[in-house]
Amino acid sequence: MPGWDPANTGDYTLKRRNLLTSAAVAATLATFGAPVLAESHSVTVGFVYVGPVGDGGWTYEHNEGRLAVEEHFGDAVETVFVESVPEGPDAVRVMTQMALNGADLIFTTSFGYMDQTIEVASKFPDVKFEHATGFKRADNVSTYSARFYEGRAVQGHIAGQITQSNTIGYIASFPIPEVVRGINAAYVHAKAVNPDVDFKVVWAYTWFDPAKEAEAASVLIEQGADVILQHTDSTAPQAAAQAAGNVYTFGQASDMSEYAPMPRVSSIIDNWSPYYIARTQAVIDGTWESTDTWDGIGAGMVGIGEITDAVPAEVKASAEALRDALASGETHAFTGPINKQDGSAWLAEGETADDGTLAGMNFYVEGLAGEIPQ
Amino acid sequence: MIALEKRPQPSKIWTVATPVLAVVLTMIVGGILFAALGKDPIATISAIFFDPLFSENAWFYRPQLLIKGAPLVLIAIGLSFGFRAGIWNIGAEGQYIIGAICGAAAGLALYPAETRLIFPLMVITGALGGWAWAMIPGILRVRFGTNEILVSLMLVYVAEQLLASMALGLLRNPEGMGFPGSRNLAQWPAAANGEIISGSGMHWGVVAALIAVIFAYVTLSRHIFGYQVRLSGQAPRAARFSGVNPGRLVLICMGISGALAGLAGLFEVAGPAGQISIDFNVGYGFTAIIVAFLGRLNPIGILLAGGVMALTYIGGEIAQLQIGLPAAAIQLLQGMLLFFLLAVDVLTNYRVRFGREEIA
Repeated sequence: MPGWDPANTGDYTLKRRNLLTSAAVAATLATFGAPVLAESHSVTVGFVYVGPVGDGGWTYEHNEGRLAVEEHFGDAVETVFVESVPEGPDAVRVMTQMALNGADLIFTTSFGYMDQTIEVASKFPDVKFEHATGFKRADNVSTYSARFYEGRAVQGHIAGQITQSNTIGYIASFPIPEVVRGINAAYVHAKAVNPDVDFKVVWAYTWFDPAKEAEAASVLIEQGADVILQHTDSTAPQAAAQAAGNVYTFGQASDMSEYAPMPRVSSIIDNWSPYYIARTQAVIDGTWESTDTWDGIGAGMVGIGEITDAVPAEVKASAEALRDALASGETHAFTGPINKQDGSAWLAEGETADDGTLAGMNFYVEGLAGEIPQ
Repeated sequence: MIALEKRPQPSKIWTVATPVLAVVLTMIVGGILFAALGKDPIATISAIFFDPLFSENAWFYRPQLLIKGAPLVLIAIGLSFGFRAGIWNIGAEGQYIIGAICGAAAGLALYPAETRLIFPLMVITGALGGWAWAMIPGILRVRFGTNEILVSLMLVYVAEQLLASMALGLLRNPEGMGFPGSRNLAQWPAAANGEIISGSGMHWGVVAALIAVIFAYVTLSRHIFGYQVRLSGQAPRAARFSGVNPGRLVLICMGISGALAGLAGLFEVAGPAGQISIDFNVGYGFTAIIVAFLGRLNPIGILLAGGVMALTYIGGEIAQLQIGLPAAAIQLLQGMLLFFLLAVDVLTNYRVRFGREEIA
């Protein structure tokens, strides 16, 4: 644990209480020119971002959620954020600073903040924490994530039908269950509409690096891919596809509609606003509880960006039908029969995947080539 | 007419004054920049440079300054030897990574043994790892005359790939549910680089940094090796005539900087970071280059410069949080610091002369 002794916990809470109640302290801070955050607001909500708010993807959408909270609650809520926070000891410090500065609710918006969130939360029992895409919870730590794989299923469904070369490129970020799940979902649904389809996966080992992403896209295009799916957050692959011409892409995390109608033919949009507003409301009402939320298209957490006219009308119609079926729960993105890559059975005919397996997914489905990096 | 006149000897006063002047200029131009961004410049500058030390929460920030500053100082001290002698190790970031990997691997190989001997073993392997990684550009330069700037820099990217592979493969936590990253060393008492005095931020890396400062100070001012280093930088030919073996000097300087960078990596992975993860490195090896120059390649100066740099990191976060300053503005401020230092450095070696130029 970065530089702390658990025996210090009492000290922290005490000092925080002092800070918030002592008028003298507030006066001191004011003379230093530092505003006391919790002064005139009933609730302060903090956000820790892994990228810059202008990344156009992941962090951008979390920040849109933050702005929605500001708009919804007006003066009753103040929000603060720190961007481009590395996933290590720096994150611990930033979260602690937020808590010390009077934040009541803190959203930590990257998987890599998991242990740090748990650690800081244990020192501030009165502050609520929400960690995105992780699996560790505590009395004051909730987790939340979106079923992006439902969106991937729709992408695979479209991609399998519009590819001419039968080669689909996939820019993957890190080999974690979240990403593996996306690859599997897209493949299963592409295969269902086009038995000859072939996936080429490139691991970029980054969430956001325009140069690397552009390079990965170019490599995939050279290898014959005419559809590029991406699990990285920049628009660089879109630009690379546009330059190559005749290559289709999908927006990731945000709509990326500036590349519509070609190459971007649709997108997965993360929509955190309703969740952030609901959780802030819960803190105001005093009804906040530690929960695990995993919402998909149905709850509006995952949006499918407009499918452009570059896609044939019947493909568009069937993709929208799939989207609606996933939203209503009528269809599950992983419905058997599906085998694992090694040929062993995973889901029997008509069986659907359980959340536990999906949450820890570390295998490819049958038909995908290559190995998940170990 | 303003003219520059070369001083016969670098000015002693300006050698000390230029870093201070650079910091002051950075504050002024930074203030103008913040004002242009619509923030109160005085409040922002005070949040960055004063709040970490004197605000109500300073009891939390001061230990953080040690945690953030220690690796910077440790690496910069190592770099200063080579930089003085004209040997440019730009790849401390890579040596930092390899030190962390080697040290962590040595410890994890013995998991879950409970003996206090594990930590010293990790310290030694960490230093050796960084040393070995620095030997690659060192030996290539001595044997084949390659450019150590390019080779050491390129090896950073190799080290990053190796780091990703370790976090996903060999060193991955078998109980981590398939997620990348090693076991948490900080939660394993035998390997943890914990605080020596609770709540002080004082871990073994801080101690090592202070020892390195003293060691470097004595070596550079009192020892024949320090003399050789300085002579090689100022007058390479004279150094050769006086019996300095340039090849040996390259290897020693690269070795010192590599070993110290490796140590910094080990102390970080066993303490504040806790685990080998894909993005374990956050740029200390590169920032340390700024710290080394800001500190005038002088050990005491580096200690102070490391403190100032740590201040801008921690103060920068305070400014983001309380004033809503964008992170990029902080990075700009840090870059400005080096820029102004190099600019005002002219005053050390040149005298500014006002008035009409004499007709020859």
